[in-house]
Amino acid sequence: MSDAIRIHVPIDAAALSVGAEAVAQAILREAQARGVAIELVRNGTRGMLWLEPLVEVETPDGRVGYGPAAAQDVASLFDAGFQAGGAHALRLGRVDELDWMKRQQRLTFARVGLTDPLSLADYRAHDGLRGLERALSLTGAAIVEEVTASGLRGRGGAGFPTGIKWRTVHDARAERKYIVCNADEGDSGTFADRMLMEGDPFLVIEGMAIAAIAVGATKGYIYLRSEYPHAHKTLQRAILRAHHAGMLGPSVLGSGRAFEIEVRLGAGAYICGEETSLLESLEGHRAVVRAKPPIPALAGLFGKPTIVNNVLSFAAVPWILAHGAEAYADYGMGRSRGTLPVQLGGNIRRGGLIELAFGIPLREIIEEMGGGTLSGRPIRAVQVGGPLGAYLTERQLDTPMDYEALAGIRAMLGHGGIVVFDDSVDMARQARFAFEFCARESCGKCTPCRIGATRGVELVDRIIAGVERPKNLAVLRDLNRLMTDASLCAMGGLTPMPVTSALDHFFEDFDRPSRPAPSPLAGEGWGEGSRDTAGLSALLTPTGNDSATPHPAATRPPSPARGEGEPVAERRT
Amino acid sequence: MAAYPAWDEDGARLIVASLSHLEGATLPILHALQDEFGYVDPQAVPLIAETLNLSLADVHGTISFYHDFRTTPPPPRLVKLCRAEACQAVGCETLVEELAREHGIVVDGPGSEGRGAVESVYCLGNCALGPSALVEGELLGRVDADRIAALCGEPR
Ligand SMILES: Cc1cc2nc3c(=O)[nH]c(=O)nc-3n(C[C@H](O)[C@H](O)[C@H](O)COP(=O)(O)O)c2cc1C
Ligand code: SF4
Ligand code: FES
Repeated sequence: MSDAIRIHVPIDAAALSVGAEAVAQAILREAQARGVAIELVRNGTRGMLWLEPLVEVETPDGRVGYGPAAAQDVASLFDAGFQAGGAHALRLGRVDELDWMKRQQRLTFARVGLTDPLSLADYRAHDGLRGLERALSLTGAAIVEEVTASGLRGRGGAGFPTGIKWRTVHDARAERKYIVCNADEGDSGTFADRMLMEGDPFLVIEGMAIAAIAVGATKGYIYLRSEYPHAHKTLQRAILRAHHAGMLGPSVLGSGRAFEIEVRLGAGAYICGEETSLLESLEGHRAVVRAKPPIPALAGLFGKPTIVNNVLSFAAVPWILAHGAEAYADYGMGRSRGTLPVQLGGNIRRGGLIELAFGIPLREIIEEMGGGTLSGRPIRAVQVGGPLGAYLTERQLDTPMDYEALAGIRAMLGHGGIVVFDDSVDMARQARFAFEFCARESCGKCTPCRIGATRGVELVDRIIAGVERPKNLAVLRDLNRLMTDASLCAMGGLTPMPVTSALDHFFEDFDRPSRPAPSPLAGEGWGEGSRDTAGLSALLTPTGNDSATPHPAATRPPSPARGEGEPVAERRT
Repeated sequence: MAAYPAWDEDGARLIVASLSHLEGATLPILHALQDEFGYVDPQAVPLIAETLNLSLADVHGTISFYHDFRTTPPPPRLVKLCRAEACQAVGCETLVEELAREHGIVVDGPGSEGRGAVESVYCLGNCALGPSALVEGELLGRVDADRIAALCGEPR
């Protein structure tokens, strides 16, 4: 079958969500019926999600794309001779020549969409394992030095220098150390971790193995959110194959150094993305945030020195080792070195994943690459950095994607998610949601977050309803300050960020003629679903009394007050 | 649709025993029980506590902390609908209202006998193709109220 035509149909969950499986089956059926010899490869997605399902055919002139394809298009694709790159309404031309692909600098996502995610041979043929091989020829200290020199900062949100974290674990003395990959990817608007784990799982494994070799760890865990069943399957299969091939196991690539990886599933709690909460969860407990110090690098999983890094942080390391720290640091701006996988979603015409050196203005991404809103209406707000990130206005879109530049406008980069809203958005409602999400997902350890979030929902409800607006707005500002200053972790500490940005930039939405409160987000939260009753009873009090009964959610069992009320020392660490 | 066997103490005991050697075995055990029976029966609490040498309060506390774990049998089909920001931006809240108004399906509501139920989740990693839902392990993009209602089936 050496002359079989290679056809690619993604097996990425996003592609499957719009019918890629039916397209793949239709291609197999049609090829058989027509007696055309094909080899169907199931690749990751290129990240051009508006073109999914994107079918690619290998031709002598490179890979030619057709999309978005539906199962019922398949017969006409064969009629058009797409297997030889024939003309068709869905024909896009050479995929790597498309503007979206050409503009990017894909270091971490170089193989995603190109290769068969579960083929280690494919992985090797596309430069895989070179980083690990080089690492095995270096001392641990030299690996750490390389990572430090690259300027890599954690991609999970806090932007903490990865090399410094690794050095701490390297220098710690312990009979057992752990490598933990944070694959909780809880931020709404983000999917880069998922896309990478499904599209190039060996890269994550390689990055974790390099970390293990560097610091002398023998056991690794990938803590994966349960909302990602496809990624779960892919990781399990990849780990099994890596084991068979000697990339993991008692002697990593024949080095005599042991390293094993196990995948553990989360259980639908956003707070488990916070690293200490994640460690509590891995240990089998309620995922209540731990006060720091001690930092996980010194006393992490089961009290042992532990590297906790985001999926993308680990995945950046093999490239750094293979090409050298300097080559990586050549990308980027200021203190943000290397590339950032940006995820463009929400109300957007062309959404997907874009990997670029730091520093590109938001506008270029949203307007030029994204093509504006899906609805065709004007852009009104853009939330950057997940549910705890600020809402920006259209006028702020010239800000570059860079940790410091965004911090400079009281926003944050977080995990690189960009969510676009058109002019139908109600920003008071978005502010309310920010509090509601915090109330639902708070671990409950400290009062400003546990009770403050619920108070925030009530306050916004009163403001929307037009009850004593000036007074309630002042209280809301105070509450934001309190939560920012006195929450133990960034869940409570940053929830005010989307709220404050909505107030600052979209005040008119809080100042409209009174409306009925938006319907509550259903969801059990911590109370028994009667969240709105408290808000309503407060509304019904003639004075709009602020000392109204706290929401039942606020009365959840308190946890030990260790560290309660400490200032948020490091955001999202 | 997923059909789960009824809770059975011996089956549960086997599952707990087979995973008890893991470090931090509680969550893997809870997931395995829920995969098998569709929920974690309260009778599992003493079983897990005994095997892992934990207090009943510890095990119960863990189960109740996480949104995923159910302590009652699931509906015939569970649709997890994303209600987070990127899906809000493409109308998931309107979808929720339509489900209630036109199909009598209350998201996160008590559900009705024999019919699938819809539960809120926050981001499924499909934020460029929302509104998104997850049904029996399959991700769905660009969903609307009719499609979700069809997945739930007719009320009895
Ligand atoms: C509420 C909250 C949620 C978080 N969620 C995630 C997450 O989903 N994934 C992640 O990698 N980091 C998340 N973080 C950041 C982690 O605490 C931690 O900084 C990160 O895993 C460290 O890895 P990095 O240095 O590679 O970014 C979260 C932090 C907070 C406070
Ligand atoms: S701010 Fe406090 S209560 Fe909120 S999640 Fe963090 S530690 Fe838990
Ligand atoms: S916000 Fe709905 S899938 Fe991410």
